[in-house]
Amino acid sequence: MRQDHDDSTSMMEQVSYALNKRVPLRIQGGNTKANIGRKVVGEILNTRSHRGIISYDPTELVLTARAGTPLTEIEAVLEAENQMLPFEPPHLGQSATLGGMVASGFSGPRRPWAGSVRDYVLGTRIITGHGKLLRFGGEVMKNVAGYDLSRLMAGSFGCLGLLTEISLKVLPKPRQCASVKLELDTHQALAKLAAWGQQPIPISAASHDGKFLHLRLEGGEGSVKSACDRLGGEALDGSYWSKLRERQLPFFDTSEPLWRISVPNNSAVLNLPGKQLLDWGGAQRWLLTDEPAEVVRLAVTALGGHATRFGTHESPFQPLPEPLLRYHQRLKLQLDPQRIFNPGRMYAEV
Amino acid sequence: MNILYDERVDGALPRPDKAKLLAQLSDAMPSLEILHTLEDLRPYECDGLSAYRVVPLLVVLPDQIDQVQTILKLCHSNNVPVVARGAGTGLSGGALPLEQGVLLVMARFNRIIEVNADSRYARVQPGVRNLAISQAAAPHGLYYAPDPSSQIACSIGGNVAENAGGVHCLKYGLTVHNLLRVDILTADGEFMTLGSDALDCPGFDLLALFTGSEGMLGVVTEVTVKLLPKPQVARVMLASFDSVEMAGRAVGDIISAGIIPGGLEMMDNLSIRATEDFIHAGYPIDAAAMLLCELDGVEADVHEDCERVEQVLKLAGATSVRLARDEAERARFWAGRKNAFPAVGRISPDYYCMDGTIPRRELPKVLKGIDELSNEFGLRVANVFHAGDGNMHPLILFDANQPGELNRAEALGAKILELCVDVGGSITGEHGVGREKINQMCAQFNSDEITLFHAIKKAFDPNGLLNPGKNIPTLNRCAEFGSMHIHRGNLPFPELERF
Repeated sequence: MRQDHDDSTSMMEQVSYALNKRVPLRIQGGNTKANIGRKVVGEILNTRSHRGIISYDPTELVLTARAGTPLTEIEAVLEAENQMLPFEPPHLGQSATLGGMVASGFSGPRRPWAGSVRDYVLGTRIITGHGKLLRFGGEVMKNVAGYDLSRLMAGSFGCLGLLTEISLKVLPKPRQCASVKLELDTHQALAKLAAWGQQPIPISAASHDGKFLHLRLEGGEGSVKSACDRLGGEALDGSYWSKLRERQLPFFDTSEPLWRISVPNNSAVLNLPGKQLLDWGGAQRWLLTDEPAEVVRLAVTALGGHATRFGTHESPFQPLPEPLLRYHQRLKLQLDPQRIFNPGRMYAEV
Repeated sequence: MNILYDERVDGALPRPDKAKLLAQLSDAMPSLEILHTLEDLRPYECDGLSAYRVVPLLVVLPDQIDQVQTILKLCHSNNVPVVARGAGTGLSGGALPLEQGVLLVMARFNRIIEVNADSRYARVQPGVRNLAISQAAAPHGLYYAPDPSSQIACSIGGNVAENAGGVHCLKYGLTVHNLLRVDILTADGEFMTLGSDALDCPGFDLLALFTGSEGMLGVVTEVTVKLLPKPQVARVMLASFDSVEMAGRAVGDIISAGIIPGGLEMMDNLSIRATEDFIHAGYPIDAAAMLLCELDGVEADVHEDCERVEQVLKLAGATSVRLARDEAERARFWAGRKNAFPAVGRISPDYYCMDGTIPRRELPKVLKGIDELSNEFGLRVANVFHAGDGNMHPLILFDANQPGELNRAEALGAKILELCVDVGGSITGEHGVGREKINQMCAQFNSDEITLFHAIKKAFDPNGLLNPGKNIPTLNRCAEFGSMHIHRGNLPFPELERF
């Protein structure tokens, strides 16, 4: 079913056209992350026909693919070799692509223990705001030549350039995996997680829904078994984690505004009205609330974190303080001087 | 030497008035220690790459962060270049001073501000030594994972600037993977926070961009690092092989078996012999290559993994596999590897350490290439290799007192790095470009890519005052020296003066 195709020439043409005619481009892969970020007015540049895995060598732990490659295709190829994308990217739809995964920078439940998307980006090819197709980073684990443009691209929502190709580090799947659920209130759960975090327990996901702490353990047979014995609780169906990752748990089934809150992992329960769901061992919290953005952000900033609003909103990402905003603008100006790539997707000024 | 700042190709530098600057700095900060006489400046003329030396205009040794801000503001308004320096252990000349620049020494900021066991982070000043962080975290059963071999001495600010690695990178990552937040001062002396105490922050990932930027984008004033629980146990295995190719394949086999070792190191025969003579680690001096494979984690898993790895190694043709019997033997096995550089230093008056990375599958080809180059240049090369992550440290043996040998060593080093680039690797895995590999950057990147790097620099430091001449070559430099590297095999005779 694979339809490998190098479409970089026509992508280059479209960028040249946009530069010449000063037309902004709205970069779109599978369009599964459309409900995050500001609306971009511009011509659609679709990456989906630029697809295919270019190289994958399981013994090197490196995979390189075109930006429009479906995530499902990549994960199936890895699965066949018993390997994985350790950061468990949320697909949020059947058509999710590699490019969208990197551009949005979202990571799933394993993130605090295994790292984020950007941690696994080794190299990229990028069409720049000067209309050049350039290569940064590479296919090696360690590479400190020049500035790390590739990791900068992760989570930049297409505002700094058009990703055409990405090399990722991948990892073997753990030999053993088990999930349990323990009845604890949120405070107890956070205290337990803080204590376990200082011990070599192979926790690879931890979520709390207000009543139960859900834990996933991954490692060798011995460590998983002994952790299960020690923690007790009742067995949990492992599909919980993919539902959490894809926001398919009943918690998310609502029309109330959804917030993603990122805070230091052992921050107290947010003192905000609405419903909360803890993920990432406490470092990521999902919040359903009608409170105004300023109220949510004030509470979250006080904890040293930030809040992202899903759905249509003028200010979905936490506003940047000075001088950070100024440096964002300067970077945008240097890398995309004509503001053709997703202008205003993250911030109106960028 | 072509490596020192050369205004003809690296761009004109401002000509600061030393007396005026000295007066301004001491007026603004009477308590600031400033070195300005030649005898006081001399100790700061180089970093860990001691072949290259330049006496700076002035050395400032602030002990309060607001002094750093004042220094940067004064230098900015007077258009004076600033080179920041931590412990000065860098191996690429990243902290090499400029004759017309201030050397800003951050080593006195050596306070550990906070160790937070519940949130598993440590907040430290930039001059804190890498190892000191793990020592401070040890009572909580935690540690800071990146462990460059200079970890006793190197500072965390320098680690951030270089994106330092170590022997455990494959499993635990580089500096960039182990940071939460870095506070910096910009070129014009403004405070800015990159990253946050949470796992991510709004906006672009400037923390990732800044890590490894070699002092070109700002000066680190505070670092918040992640701490990890110390592995319950660590076991190390030593395997001997009759050929480096077989050892190289064994590395791939271990990873194919689904095992990510904490450390996986390879040494060739020359390194094994030099090290065994020096450390008496019990290394197999007749082996063509040896692997050190460390497995760490929860006891039951490590036990399982040891059995698996032993089988894999035997199937891969290891002539012997020894599991360190106890902690003392494990320490001895590692002591050999960690002293490989000084050990090689004993068998040669001088050595030059390279830092290329390659896809592991290219190892046999690259080692063969190095061997041929070694013969061609008439210099021995010992190979020490972070095998797990493809980071090679070929050590070129030479005698600086023999006319032309340093130049020959440099030329051989340049060829080795180009070989790494040719097989899809990089000229530097963890030591940085600094001044040392400035010409080889032209082999790894084309002029458009280099132009984009300069654009990044411009966004942060439009006047080009932070560490000028490092990390990214000018296009003029590439035109002058880059072409030399492209014509493989046609290197002009290395004794010829290279501009």
